[in-house]
Amino acid sequence: MENKSIVSIEQCSREDILRILRHAARFEERPNRRLLEGKVAATLFFEPSTRTRLSFETAVNRLGGQVIGFQDASTTSSSKGETLKDTIRMVSNYADLIIIRHYLEGAARYASEVTHIPVINAGDGANQHPSQTLLDLYSIQKTQGKLTDLVITIVGDLKYGRTVHSLIAGSSHFRPTFRFVAPEELKMPDEQKHYCDKQNIPYTEHTEFTEEIINQTDILYMTRVQRERFTDTEEYERVKNVYILKKDMLRHSRDKLCILHPLPRVNEIAYDVDESPKAYFIQQARNGLFTRQAIICEVLGINHLI
Amino acid sequence: MTTKKKRELQVAALEKGTAIDHIPPQEVFKVAYLLELDKMESNAITIGNNFPSKKMGRKGMIKIADRFFKKDEISRIALVAPKVILNEIEDFEVIRKYPVSLPDELVGLVKCNNPKCITNNEPMPTRFDVIDKEKRTIRCRYCERKIQKEDIVIK
Ligand SMILES: [Zn+2]
Repeated sequence: MENKSIVSIEQCSREDILRILRHAARFEERPNRRLLEGKVAATLFFEPSTRTRLSFETAVNRLGGQVIGFQDASTTSSSKGETLKDTIRMVSNYADLIIIRHYLEGAARYASEVTHIPVINAGDGANQHPSQTLLDLYSIQKTQGKLTDLVITIVGDLKYGRTVHSLIAGSSHFRPTFRFVAPEELKMPDEQKHYCDKQNIPYTEHTEFTEEIINQTDILYMTRVQRERFTDTEEYERVKNVYILKKDMLRHSRDKLCILHPLPRVNEIAYDVDESPKAYFIQQARNGLFTRQAIICEVLGINHLI
Repeated sequence: MTTKKKRELQVAALEKGTAIDHIPPQEVFKVAYLLELDKMESNAITIGNNFPSKKMGRKGMIKIADRFFKKDEISRIALVAPKVILNEIEDFEVIRKYPVSLPDELVGLVKCNNPKCITNNEPMPTRFDVIDKEKRTIRCRYCERKIQKEDIVIK
């Protein structure tokens, strides 16, 4: 890793990813380790995200560290016109590590440039959310026993889905085959397809979400299709039920098929799917804790203690 | 050097300095701006435009006396004028002639097109990586948005 901060998934090499996942597995065996004794982590949430914040703060707590921070930028100095740079430098006086969530894209990278302490990007607008991708990869490895040579089918909003684009980049080291399933308006952008072409990653595109596709899949990654994304509401009405996963669609799926979803879900996975052992999205969120413990130790340079 | 070339460069004869040739006529003043010629106080500067050109129909030309540019100072003009030829002149003779090409990185020159980019909301210089010099495609170091040449906005 070029510097100690983690701001994007692209900065992580294959080895970086494998090392973080290995450490995450150790935290899963033993989550309570006092490796951050006497250390303070600042969680700066300029945009609320309860799920991500709880996950990171639990990770710090289970490592024996302390948490300071805020979760609502309207009560902090940034609403008084303070620059991000000043806020980051002020917090750097108190903390050993910054975990930042920001509505502006590039905020985490900029933060990492203006401080000497490590920065973890917990989401910057529509740009990056590397801990999500790492926990997705951890979930894939855990359910499949491997990361390589898997068929990953991604369903739903492939155009705006940040987690989807990062998943492609993060899994590119592991010879994946992709199936992209999306309505015409939300199909995978050319930029990501060119990326796959350049990396020799095979993919196919589909507008129909069929059992036939599911039956050839190892990882089924579901995302939300949002009404706001459509310029044509008639088109939304037409497709909104096409990309819903129902239990009977899993009848002939592979034994080890694993259904992932970055959560929160709305209606894209029917509730009867929850009973299936192949539904993994709640455990997936739990894996976020272990992965974030590993990420924190990675940026603080205390891997050797794990 | 041929006599014809010599005549061309002598619009205002330059004893020593830099002549920038083959500038698209509509970009001449942008090139002047990018080179911060407006801030140069002691050099004689000649700006010419709409000269006939065999290659381009019409062209612009800028001459700056007693000034040579470092590569990273001059390469930014390739943003607006990618086919420009640079002539370095001493004793009225062209001693070096080369086409400009984009640098690997552009700092503080281009505005990011993404209103949600941190660079548009914080007092800080923009940084772009040039990812395709031929096509003039650049990518914001911060929000990672790509910008194609026709959408590039100079700050
Ligand atoms: Zn930007």
